[in-house]
Amino acid sequence: MSPVRRKIQRLLMLFAFGCLALNYPLLALFSKRVIWYGIPLLYLYLFVLWILFIVFIAIVTERKKLPRTSFPPIFSRKSQ
Amino acid sequence: MLPEWVILLVSLCYLGTLFAIAYYADWRSDRGRSVISNPYIYTLSIAVYCTAWTFYGSVGRAAETGIGFMPIYLGPTLMAALWWFLLRKMIRIAKVYRITSIADFLASRYGKSSLIGGLVTIIAVVGIMPYISLQLKAVSTSYTVMLHYPDLAMIEEHKTSLWNDNAFSVAMLMAAFSILFGTRHIDATERHEGMVAAIAFESVVKLLAFSAAGIFITFIMFDGPADLFDWVPRYPETSRLMELEVLPGGYTNWFTLIFLSMMAIMFLPRQFQVLVVENVNEEHVRKAAWLFPLYLLAINIFVLPIAFAGMLMFPEGRVPPDIFVLALPLTEGQNILALFIYLGGLSAATGMVIVATIALSTMVCNDLVMPVLLRLLSIQQVDLSRVLLFIRRCSIVAVLLLGYLYYRFIGESYTLVTMGLVSFAAAAQFSPAILFGVFWKDASRRAAISGLLAGFLVWFYTLLLPSFARSGWLPDNFLEHGPFGIELLRPYQLFGLNMFDPITHSVFWSILVNAGLLVSISMFDRQNTMDRIQASLFVDVYRHSGDTHLWRGKAMITELKGLLARFIGPTQSERAFVNYSKSHNIDFSKNMQADAELVEFAERLLSGAIGAASARVMISSVVEGEEISPEGVMKIIDEASQILEYSHQLEEKSIELEAATKELQEANIRLKELDRLKDEFVSTVSHELRTPLTSVRAFSEILHDNADMGQQERQKYLDIMVKETERLTRLINEVLDLAKIESGRADWYMENIDLTEVLREAVAATSQLFLERSVAIIEMTPTFPVTVFADRDRIIQVVINLLSNAAKFSPPATGRVTVRLYFKEKEIRVEVADNGPGIHRDEQQKIFEKFKQITDLRNGKPKGTGLGLAICRRIIEYHNGNIWVESAPGEGSKFIFSLPD
Repeated sequence: MSPVRRKIQRLLMLFAFGCLALNYPLLALFSKRVIWYGIPLLYLYLFVLWILFIVFIAIVTERKKLPRTSFPPIFSRKSQ
Repeated sequence: MLPEWVILLVSLCYLGTLFAIAYYADWRSDRGRSVISNPYIYTLSIAVYCTAWTFYGSVGRAAETGIGFMPIYLGPTLMAALWWFLLRKMIRIAKVYRITSIADFLASRYGKSSLIGGLVTIIAVVGIMPYISLQLKAVSTSYTVMLHYPDLAMIEEHKTSLWNDNAFSVAMLMAAFSILFGTRHIDATERHEGMVAAIAFESVVKLLAFSAAGIFITFIMFDGPADLFDWVPRYPETSRLMELEVLPGGYTNWFTLIFLSMMAIMFLPRQFQVLVVENVNEEHVRKAAWLFPLYLLAINIFVLPIAFAGMLMFPEGRVPPDIFVLALPLTEGQNILALFIYLGGLSAATGMVIVATIALSTMVCNDLVMPVLLRLLSIQQVDLSRVLLFIRRCSIVAVLLLGYLYYRFIGESYTLVTMGLVSFAAAAQFSPAILFGVFWKDASRRAAISGLLAGFLVWFYTLLLPSFARSGWLPDNFLEHGPFGIELLRPYQLFGLNMFDPITHSVFWSILVNAGLLVSISMFDRQNTMDRIQASLFVDVYRHSGDTHLWRGKAMITELKGLLARFIGPTQSERAFVNYSKSHNIDFSKNMQADAELVEFAERLLSGAIGAASARVMISSVVEGEEISPEGVMKIIDEASQILEYSHQLEEKSIELEAATKELQEANIRLKELDRLKDEFVSTVSHELRTPLTSVRAFSEILHDNADMGQQERQKYLDIMVKETERLTRLINEVLDLAKIESGRADWYMENIDLTEVLREAVAATSQLFLERSVAIIEMTPTFPVTVFADRDRIIQVVINLLSNAAKFSPPATGRVTVRLYFKEKEIRVEVADNGPGIHRDEQQKIFEKFKQITDLRNGKPKGTGLGLAICRRIIEYHNGNIWVESAPGEGSKFIFSLPD
């Protein structure tokens, strides 16, 4: 499998996990009037999940440097 | 309380700073040293997503619904995971085809149709109205709060009178600001570096301001978040916010909001502008994909603490939660901090308004007004760059006026967030056309138009019209009983669907008809050539990347240059052509005709200024001849045959490879076999040499040690030693002979010889041997000479070898050997037959190999060196003949060799 495809599949999987974890019914498990470590459980769950998700995006996207494919602008205002 | 002039002065100074930054960035980019070309500025510019809605509205929403503010930021976080391939593809498309806006993107994708461009523009303008009014409301409210707090009555009063209403002045100020920012001159590029730098700065300011408010409220007014949250479960008002069920619409609404914000981060016109159009390098997406969610997290971390602090400080509920973030520091007398927070809110609002109005004005100009102008009027010969600027400035004012009117007449009855969500639902209408358009070639123009139009109408009917009704501009019973009393058409319960909140209800119906129509009509639609070309160019953008030339007709270079000059100004146009001639090594003074590539270059340049659809119209006006070259079309559309061709080539290559691999494997096996044979040969030769040497040595030692040995015995031992050394010599000679023949270094004396004579000589040479063993030899040779072209000595060597073998294996006394020469199958054959023990079938092939001796069936002891027959075979094969044996145990053997006649 090419590294690009592998990366895309990992990102899609991450996206799917995120969607599941942030919606009913998993979310409903934390919708309780409980305080954990001084913070309401629901808030704690959402923020921790948020941080983890960002970390995972960073790991997947930054992990392997693929060949640069940037497309230079056809015409830019700077005089060449 | 700060005096009004201080607040005004600080606001104006802040806007002045923004200008300075924008000018500086433009100045730098003119000199080729862009300040915005890094992923961090790119991330900050995307943060224009966080508007006054985030700054003031999030706290308001948190105070009402707990975590109800979060999906607006969780959606973009989820979407950011997909940026790396979705956004990058959109950026690549936009860069290659010089897309100027989301309307341009969709128009380009669906056959450069100006109808789509116009439709998208109208949806964007109408849809964004509530959003702009939200910003106006926030700025005007925060200004009033700064001025009159804690006199809440004055704040209320301010809203009612038109003359005290500062929202209008805010709107006009912002219009002037945007005009100065985005439309100073028509650029040859669709990007605005100065604007991006300014909004990146604004993103820093709003984050710092909000964090400052959060830190002050959480850690100075209260003892940290734990202290604040400690209060929460004690009152029913606040403790209910710990659960998600407090959100109107519950989990369904939560899901809808996540979906809407996922679409909004990509397809709101201003987000499209900063994400796609203003992107400098698509590699920046990699970092932005996690830095931007991090920004969202940072700006939201204090929302809940501020909301609870506000509820605890103002339990009487007279202070609207939307202004908690300002009211709390003001209550504590922190005027300077409040001023900074107010600036943060101002930056959040101005950032959004600047980008949104610039994006919208580009769309209105390129996709709505220009196509009409180009069609209706014969303005072909006028300098249009001023007209373009004028149109854009007018549209900025118009967009802000619309926003103001919406705020003035409708906005009062809504909170900030509800107004923003109406806009989000409008932007979501673009998502099916774009997402299907980028990945699915069969999505057709008619399908996209139908989907967009239907989705927009449903949105209009189920969200926008009800907001008019709720503000009293339409009769109330329109909501309660439907139009003309038709219950089935109630806008909030269309067709009796009453299980959703208004937003979810509207999103469900509008996206259903939008995506449904897009997919189903595409299934039955036939696309014309232009549509199919554009579809292919978009979906396969990584394969085409702008090297396919479609234009075929001829155009004069001067005409092209003139056309460009009218739209982007003579200097810009001149510079573009000079750059082009430099990079392509074309001397324009010699070439009068523009080639396909240059025409395409001009069209793309023009697209950057006036959009794809209009650019196409303008370019066709100066190009004579057929619009599209059949070769170009074939190249793009015939990707199916291309792929077939490609896979065919691949298949051939792999077959070739397979064959080569097989050959190599076989060669390898042969090499290994040869290597093994060589080892075997060496070990056999040394073994064969050792046997006679050992016996010679043994007998010499006996002679040496027994000096008193009898003469007779001594003679016997010496005889054996002589025989053994002879055998040794023979063996060495044969080995050398064989090696010579095998390596091709042997000398051959080829001549015409008489084979019968050769046979006679060989028989004569071996007659002594036959006599000794009493074996009869019978010659059956022709009486006439049989001439062959051969090496005489070598052939004699072969025959002698065969004869001596026959003599050795024939039984003494009764033995009988026959030598025969005859003709068969156009060959001359020589046969040496004996009546010996015969050779087993398994051994018949082996005996011609080196050191494969015939085991004597009588006493099991091998005779000879084992090289004789191997040498025979080499000699006969050198003469293009064959040598073989025909035999069966007990029936004697026939050794036959043949030579070509």
